Amino acid sequence: MTKTGKMSLIGLALLLSVHIIGGQGFCDTSGVSAEVSGSVAWWVWPLVLLVVTFIMGIAAVLGGVGGGVLFVPIISGFFPFHLDFVRGAGLLVALAGALAAGPGLLKMNLASLRLAIPVALIASSFAIVGAMVGLALPTQVVQIALGVTILGICVLMLTSKKSAVPDVPKADPISSVLRIYGVYQEASTGEIIDWKIHRTWQGLVLFVVIGVMAGMFGLGAGWANVPVLNLLMGAPLKISVATSKFLLSITDTSAAWIYLNQGCVIPMMVVPSLIGIMAGSFVGVRLLKVAKPGMVRWIVIGMLGFAGLKALSKGLGF
Amino acid sequence: MPGSSHKSLEAGPEQLLYAKFLEKGMLVGLLILLITYAIYLTGIIKPYIAVSEIPKYWSMPVAEYLHKANVSPGWNWVSLLGYGDFLNFIGIALLAGITIICFLVIIPTLWRNDDKVYAFLSLLEAVILSVAASGILGSGGH
Repeated sequence: MTKTGKMSLIGLALLLSVHIIGGQGFCDTSGVSAEVSGSVAWWVWPLVLLVVTFIMGIAAVLGGVGGGVLFVPIISGFFPFHLDFVRGAGLLVALAGALAAGPGLLKMNLASLRLAIPVALIASSFAIVGAMVGLALPTQVVQIALGVTILGICVLMLTSKKSAVPDVPKADPISSVLRIYGVYQEASTGEIIDWKIHRTWQGLVLFVVIGVMAGMFGLGAGWANVPVLNLLMGAPLKISVATSKFLLSITDTSAAWIYLNQGCVIPMMVVPSLIGIMAGSFVGVRLLKVAKPGMVRWIVIGMLGFAGLKALSKGLGF
Repeated sequence: MPGSSHKSLEAGPEQLLYAKFLEKGMLVGLLILLITYAIYLTGIIKPYIAVSEIPKYWSMPVAEYLHKANVSPGWNWVSLLGYGDFLNFIGIALLAGITIICFLVIIPTLWRNDDKVYAFLSLLEAVILSVAASGILGSGGH
């Protein structure tokens, strides 16, 4: 069991107990009625959030998506939190997942720092722009755009192909100058894969759009990173997935600071979400051995589709 | 060939250094976050906003929340660290800030290995993230 996994599970157990005991304690000592919004006590929503994000963490791993892309549409659609706070929490959720996975992926040389740095410069700069634009736009507009984006992600998940080792006949001049290439050993076959990339500038241009969307919606952007790195730039799938995950730790850092500085972080929402999704991801990795990922992937697409329609209807005021 | 860009199954020294700092920062940040959140929930340190009042605010747009809860945006949370809720921002800021430190620590290694382009790109990334973190790009909701 990894250190992060242990910490997440201990955290989950701790928070579940403290939420219940602490919730009652606060009510007892403050003398204030716990009923604030309707008949729901204050501690119910964070507790539900903890449980839902735990399930989300499992589904994210089994469905092959990042936690952020499930978090924002589902939590903004079905919880009483304003989209501003959901996006702030969503970025921190995606960031925590990337921070947890990043060191291992870098050490195994599956995530490539040389590939990530030029891409991260573009994506993180434009994530700042996206965050500022997203926070300046009316909530309804962002909600509609979020709904459309989530439905677009569903289509992308249904239609996109993946290439384990794309054919890159020749590295392009930019990647040659930056010496973006490497080797890794395919664990299943023992084969040594020699990789390089091409179409670097086209990829960098697309990361402008990816950065803006990550910042604007607080989604994380693994769903977009992987196809661009793999299908367009020609990095092997494993390198693309690992580098994308690590890349989120940089892209989401820049956008997260904008949301943090704007006041969009409420610890009572953020911490249960972080712990829930990290603990869920850890359990999901364990379940991966026995679950049928194909079926789970369909469930995740269904969940996203439903959440996308909900965001759209909320934005349109239906 | 300069730097660690030669083809090898092993990660380069700057990549391993980055991973080492990222791992330590992440674990420390997560641990602090867990501890401070437990302190917050148990009420050992009084929160700035009573927990029973939070549901009034989390459904508001951020600008309205800041105004009604009398919370200042940007780095003003540092002045509120004596409160249980704002204490959580230490761990959050560490998790959001560790990447900046990682980029700064690999610059000397890249420079020593004659990988000046990546040393410059790493410095640039650290500057971009620091600008985002500084709050000079605006704070205070919409």
